[in-house]
Amino acid sequence: MAAPLTLLLIVAVTIRAVLFRSSLAELIPERVEVVSPLNAWKRVVEGLALLDLGVSPYAGDVFHETPLIIYFFHFVSDYAEIVFMVMTRLVGCVFLLQFRKQKYALEAERYPLDCLELIRTPKEMYYIPLKVAMFYLLNPFTILSCVAKSTCGLNNAVIALFILCTVKGSSLMSAIFLALATYQSIYPLTLFAPALLYLLQRLYIPVNWQRSSFWLFTTQYTFMYLGSLCVMVCLSFFLLSSWDFLSSVYGFILSVPDLTPNIGLFWYFFAEMFEHFRLFFICVFQINVFFYTIPLSIKLKEHPIFLIFMQIAIISIFKSYPTVGDIALYMAFLPAWNHLYRFLRNIFLVSVVLLACSTLFPVLWHLWIYAGSANSNFYYAITLLFNVAQILLVSDYFYAYLRREHHLTHGLYLKRKDGSEATLVLK
Amino acid sequence: MGLLSDPNRRRALTKLLTRLNAPICGMPVDWLVKTMQSRGLEVFTQSFTRKLPFPDENKERYMVRGTNVYGILRAPRAPRTEALVLSAPCSEGNNNNQAVGLLLGLAQYFRSQIHWAKDIIFLVNEHDLIGMQAWLEGYHHTNTTGGDWSPLQGRGGSIQAALSLELSSDVITSLDLVLEGLNGQLPNLDLANLFYAFCQKIGVLCTIQGKLQRNDWDTTSGYSHAAQTMMLMVLKQASGRPWGDHGLFLRYHIEAASIRGINSFRQYKTDTTTIGRLLEGMYRKLNNLLERLHQSYFFYLMPSLSRFVSIGYYMPAFGLLAVILLLRALDLWVQLGASPPGTEDGPSSPGVLSILTPVVISHMTGVALYTLPILSQEMAVQHFPVSETEAVVLTAIAIYTAGLALPHNTHRLLQGEGTEEGWRVLKLVALLYLAVLLGCTALINFSLGFILALSLVPIAAFITPHTPKALSAAIMVLLSPGCTLLYCVFVFQELQETPVSLQDGWMLFLSVISQGILDHALYGSLVYPLLALLIYPCWLLLWNILFWK
Repeated sequence: MAAPLTLLLIVAVTIRAVLFRSSLAELIPERVEVVSPLNAWKRVVEGLALLDLGVSPYAGDVFHETPLIIYFFHFVSDYAEIVFMVMTRLVGCVFLLQFRKQKYALEAERYPLDCLELIRTPKEMYYIPLKVAMFYLLNPFTILSCVAKSTCGLNNAVIALFILCTVKGSSLMSAIFLALATYQSIYPLTLFAPALLYLLQRLYIPVNWQRSSFWLFTTQYTFMYLGSLCVMVCLSFFLLSSWDFLSSVYGFILSVPDLTPNIGLFWYFFAEMFEHFRLFFICVFQINVFFYTIPLSIKLKEHPIFLIFMQIAIISIFKSYPTVGDIALYMAFLPAWNHLYRFLRNIFLVSVVLLACSTLFPVLWHLWIYAGSANSNFYYAITLLFNVAQILLVSDYFYAYLRREHHLTHGLYLKRKDGSEATLVLK
Repeated sequence: MGLLSDPNRRRALTKLLTRLNAPICGMPVDWLVKTMQSRGLEVFTQSFTRKLPFPDENKERYMVRGTNVYGILRAPRAPRTEALVLSAPCSEGNNNNQAVGLLLGLAQYFRSQIHWAKDIIFLVNEHDLIGMQAWLEGYHHTNTTGGDWSPLQGRGGSIQAALSLELSSDVITSLDLVLEGLNGQLPNLDLANLFYAFCQKIGVLCTIQGKLQRNDWDTTSGYSHAAQTMMLMVLKQASGRPWGDHGLFLRYHIEAASIRGINSFRQYKTDTTTIGRLLEGMYRKLNNLLERLHQSYFFYLMPSLSRFVSIGYYMPAFGLLAVILLLRALDLWVQLGASPPGTEDGPSSPGVLSILTPVVISHMTGVALYTLPILSQEMAVQHFPVSETEAVVLTAIAIYTAGLALPHNTHRLLQGEGTEEGWRVLKLVALLYLAVLLGCTALINFSLGFILALSLVPIAAFITPHTPKALSAAIMVLLSPGCTLLYCVFVFQELQETPVSLQDGWMLFLSVISQGILDHALYGSLVYPLLALLIYPCWLLLWNILFWK
């Protein structure tokens, strides 16, 4: 495992180093698909400059990062490129480590005999961590995000560390990293439920409302999480001696004042929205991100790792300022569900649409902004198509997962009551 | 009205034109500055230098130096926020000797009007497109192509529209309207309609692609005439080069067109004062614009000046061609899904290496085709008795033909044989790649995308390792991008009613290649990098599939 991993790391570092030194390094940080007002490097530099001058970095509505980030970059701003490359390496390695442990043999004896082909053998699973690392490090989206020096890489690193700590079973570290991820952008709050479910499962505590052990652990974890979050918020207050950052960071994320086009769904709607209805639609759009947590947790309470994947995917699609770096994070998980390939129905359509949309984004941007022959409708059409393809991908994997679970409990070849062959439909 | 009414003005104009009738060596910068200043314009100059990647036949040296002279007529009563441009390229010899005179005459006349709401910039640029590129880059503070120019001292606000004049004689029989710009971009159709309507009102004959309009739409010959005109426009747009000085304005979202005076053997001739009236009328119309022209189509093809084919009509034709590729890809996907007996990973199993190798090698050949001709011109000139331009072009053709030998070398590198599944996966990748590439190209430059689709889609759809090798290889070479370019050159000459022999056609083909490389280096035309870096590797992938063992 070590040799292919080293080769992979060398290839990834080479590609990024070559791109950093080429002329593309000036073009890529300008692309709206790769950076957003929340994580653009230009804005970090602006915030650092304001901090050096003694002015609050949030004055002027340019900088929207958290104070801990600005202090982090205060010390490493000269080595920014190296920091970003290290972050991506870190994420890659973290993914590698956590996928070594996968529960598969726990309930093997409960499955019917004809499902043997559905269960993964250790030989297949040996290469999954390497494939996950490869999918993340060599994904063009990740490379673009790293070359643009978008702080999305840091967010991804924190979420990856959180997943690693959860999988290892250390609830304190998991709570701390989750609090850090929530502190940076609010949406990882939805990952609280899957983390809790996983840790409960690991400690063999059944999810039962009447059991006291369940409530004990839940309150423990909640306190650890909220405590770390409070510590971070108060630390930020003391670093900058003002509460500005609350409205500049969280207010900005939730109220979406900046309508620069990006690959998300918010900008077009709110550009044409009347002021009167703006608050209502903001609430509707933001609730959309958090809304799927409860139903998905109920359905997938036995499978918290898949729930984490679904949650991260939903966050990347429906958040207020998505970029391609967020997409790269959940796409890295896909090799872990290789065994679901035979049940996927739309993978060809989804891949073709994602590929076509990714290439059409810069073309239609050029036609709109520079040539003036197109307008925002064309760009938003591609954005919509891109997001629909992502939703189709996520729901396809969901269907495949549930279908495999159904087969594992009911046998691979389904028969109706009268003996004829049956098909499964997701309602 | 205007120029015709005042006999003094008419005499001054005639004197100016006779004076300029003598061929100009270089540009008379000082004289132009003095003349423009005496007419009451604010005059500024811009000097520029440009290093050519290889010396062109026209320039014969690596460094091109020149000066642009421009005078700004300030709007008497409006704030200085918008401008219009009237430009005349100052070429050597008799090429464009009347346009500058007309420009100066118009400047003097416009100065006495009080109704101008926009500043008018009278630009005389040297070395045609190179000077225009330097001026536009200086005006908009961008530097995308690496030229070296002095910053502009005077500006006039955001440019709303521009017209470029090319007049070679003082009496003309018709005016030709040139619309095609860089990378196949076209001005808004409103500008063309405006010009044509006004020409009809004044009574000047107006043509497009050098062909007169015919009124018999129903007859076969009328229809074929219109189809020929449209094909000429398609070929000109596909070449991606600006066909007049106006072509570079379009990139900055400035509607521009070139007006070329043609003097042919016809009885009714129009003199310069009528052209002056025409231009004055055009500028008064453009002066009254409240916003940039955007209401009409930006994507169209014109079979004649009074008819057009909009994007809604011609895009479905391209869409149907692209659908062929997608259906074939779907077919391959289904075949791949049905055949393997429950392999674990699906399509990535037959060795990623066996697919990756042809892709990487094809793209490296494409990169070689893009970079080597210019880089190795010195070495080629030392060893062979050719000029630099010929060296560049012949190196490009050599690399292109060398790519044909690749499959044999690739298979020597890979151990073992490729599987049945291997070529299917490679073909799937190639088909999707080609479909996305042609789609993006058609959106930016429809004609280029369509011509490439016409030649590449049939071979992409039908090539498998099992088709008869000799026949398929011959068809593939005949329909390759290079040969398509050769046919287009011959067809273009045929349509312009100046058919060429094979020898001359080949020379023209070589000059087209050199012009394409030069356009890319000087103005940022995308045709050469697209063909070398993306279309050619795709064709090589299909060639690899044909010779798959």
